[in-house]
Amino acid sequence: MPGASSWSFREEDFKAISEHLNNLLRETNVKSLLLVDRAGQVVANVGEPPQFDPQAFASLTAADFSANDQLAKMIGEHEFSSLFHQGEKESMYLADVARRVILVALFDNRTTLGMVRLKVKSTVEDLTKLFEAMFNRVGTESPKLEGFGSKEAEDEIDKLFG
Amino acid sequence: MSMINYASREINCKLVYYGPGLGGKTTNLEHVFGKVNPNARGKLISLATETERTLFFDFLPVDLGTVRGFKTRFHLYTVPGQVYYNASRKLILKGVDGVVFVADSQLERMEANIESMQNLYDNMAEYGYDLTKIPFVVQYNKRDLPNAAPLKDLQASLNPGWPLAETDKQTPTADPVAAGEFLVWQLPTGEWVQRAPAHEAVAVTGEGVFETLKTVSKLVLKSLG
Repeated sequence: MPGASSWSFREEDFKAISEHLNNLLRETNVKSLLLVDRAGQVVANVGEPPQFDPQAFASLTAADFSANDQLAKMIGEHEFSSLFHQGEKESMYLADVARRVILVALFDNRTTLGMVRLKVKSTVEDLTKLFEAMFNRVGTESPKLEGFGSKEAEDEIDKLFG
Repeated sequence: MSMINYASREINCKLVYYGPGLGGKTTNLEHVFGKVNPNARGKLISLATETERTLFFDFLPVDLGTVRGFKTRFHLYTVPGQVYYNASRKLILKGVDGVVFVADSQLERMEANIESMQNLYDNMAEYGYDLTKIPFVVQYNKRDLPNAAPLKDLQASLNPGWPLAETDKQTPTADPVAAGEFLVWQLPTGEWVQRAPAHEAVAVTGEGVFETLKTVSKLVLKSLG
């Protein structure tokens, strides 16, 4: 693999992902759910609109998970498949999905950690199947964007920078 | 690892600023943060020590605009330059789409530059990424300092070029930045060589910062096509 592999998802993937997340949201009564990829980009977001910058949140989530992965290896574990950060009022539970994305649940005292952990587990299984199918379909090759190599695209790119 | 969302027609790409400690990586991001329209960028997140040395990374998302109907967003990251922080530095390279190496032009920092460049190649290789195949730009920072090494010496040490095997790319290509220089050229022995585009900069005043970002962004967007 010469460079980092890209990935893309279609409208139907997005619908399926959102459906799983909305089900989880209803079942657990968490405030919101985010899916973040391991490179730190927001994939999907359901529930209460976040009061913070989701992109900054996603980059920190990916870094948090990566750092904990390395800590796991240091103590002889393959990985920590989930993380829990407890706050006074707000808490977060993070779970790995197919080694490529992270499911983040933000919740308060309207639900419990046990409930979140239980329900997230089955959603992670469903999402893992879905993402694995997506990655198998795309393969390891970077998807090419139609027209991005053209002269017109180059002109558009030049224009962006003035 | 660019992420393309066909549902919302968005492209997200990750750029990493790499280089030795105190070379000006964070200063590059601070300048971009200060100059870009606030509507087109997010917050600048810095995970730094009390003495403002980068501990984990700095992060700045920037919206470039629309290309071929896709909203394009670049996520700019810096790594901690200090040798000590290699474990966290390596993590930031995960999923990178383009790399800017910020070299410190000062003569006495030459060894630190070379060590950091070697470390970049090593860390990329550990992920299975090949730096010669992905968008890569070198920035020679601090050109205003009296002890700055000549550009020729910096290029020879840090960006001498690599053998270019792909025959379809073996065409002499002039360096758009340095007159009379080439990015792709043939040696008298017949072998073809390619090197990364390089920019001179004074990041504290902003000189060369956007030129560098423009070059690497263009390379990344072209690599998607």
